[in-house]
Amino acid sequence: MDAPHSMGTTIIGMEYAEGVILGADSRTTTGLYVANRASDKITQLTDNVYVCRSGSAADSQVVSDYVRYFLNQHTIQIGKAASVKTAATLVRELSYQNKSFLETGLIVAGWDTHEGGSVYGVPLGGTMLRLPFATGGSGCSYLYGFLDQAWQPNMSREDAEKLVVKAIALAIARDGASGGVVRTINVNAYGVERNFYAGDQLPLFYDELAPRPTLIHF
Amino acid sequence: TTIMAVQFDGGVVLGADSRTSTGSYVANRVSDKIVPIHDFIWTCRSGSAADTQAVADYVKYYVDAHSMELGRLPRVRTVANLMRKICYNNKDNLMAGLIVGGWDPYEGGQVYEIPLGGTIMRQKFALGGSGSSYIYGLVDSYYREGMTREECEIFVKKSISHAMARDGSSGGVIRITTIQSTGVQRQCILGSDVCMAMRWNHDYFYHGLNQRLKDG
Repeated sequence: MDAPHSMGTTIIGMEYAEGVILGADSRTTTGLYVANRASDKITQLTDNVYVCRSGSAADSQVVSDYVRYFLNQHTIQIGKAASVKTAATLVRELSYQNKSFLETGLIVAGWDTHEGGSVYGVPLGGTMLRLPFATGGSGCSYLYGFLDQAWQPNMSREDAEKLVVKAIALAIARDGASGGVVRTINVNAYGVERNFYAGDQLPLFYDELAPRPTLIHF
Repeated sequence: TTIMAVQFDGGVVLGADSRTSTGSYVANRVSDKIVPIHDFIWTCRSGSAADTQAVADYVKYYVDAHSMELGRLPRVRTVANLMRKICYNNKDNLMAGLIVGGWDPYEGGQVYEIPLGGTIMRQKFALGGSGSSYIYGLVDSYYREGMTREECEIFVKKSISHAMARDGSSGGVIRITTIQSTGVQRQCILGSDVCMAMRWNHDYFYHGLNQRLKDG
């Protein structure tokens, strides 16, 4: 119970035709106890940039708080919305310069006028890599094969969202440290939209039972 | 390593990559990780090459004697059980993850997975090796009941190529062994024919590369 809170997690950031979709599971564990089964791992940095957090809950919260503070000042100074690349670079600077103290993998994604939707992965160690889709957390290993095969450029909003939800459901099925509900955020030129998928709305795979109110047969 | 086996009606398909590494050196880039234990029962090996070769050799010897005494084809279950006994009773000294796949006239095609501690699990399909983690999502979403032999072979080829694309310890060629009552067929899919698992990466990063090279 006293083990540090860790977000054994699955997080995804994915580009589609008009913007980006960020998705995450909702399980926070301290050791084997699920400290929070409905956590929100997607945090806002600015109006148009969000970050998915994984790894140590404390470290990722502190990093995103600092970046939000810096970006707030930066936005006031430049007089317009910050770019996703700036946000990702700030995250990367903090992660890299403090690499010996931090244990957090982050995915920065958003929409800006220069590049449209962009996704930047900032894993442990402080690399920054722009990708069409990025995954993180303990559950991400299981998704590489699936996403390599399933991701297409210029997907529609509905297809991209379905893909993100399916991917997280697949990771939840195999990773004990991921679970709960799936939260997604869609960021594009028109704004931001949050979605929530409870357990019964997630797709089922070949060996799972459909949800029923009770397993007792009457 | 990435190893995989899938059961279909009338047989099984076993697949494996061909990379054996010692640290970062690829000691053998065309190794054969699928070994015959008996005519219609083969095993995929992962983990320590020495340990799995030793275990497979012992089981082969025992099954050889057993099937001669029996006067019939051995059950896949028997082979898997023997393998499991050796792995479990020597669990402290072995590092062997095995998948036994085969056909017998009693229960048809069967796949048994024997991971590190010496558990035994019969499954419709099984994955093993370091590269298997990367394809759990893919196989969970792709697999469905009642696939034919050809569909199973495509499933195995696709999955192993995705694992090879992401796992540094997997690579080389894909070896496929299909076991049915009519016989056993072995295939080798070479690098040029392995499907381009990272096509999205190629298109995204090399977009317009050929044009730019032409323009100079």
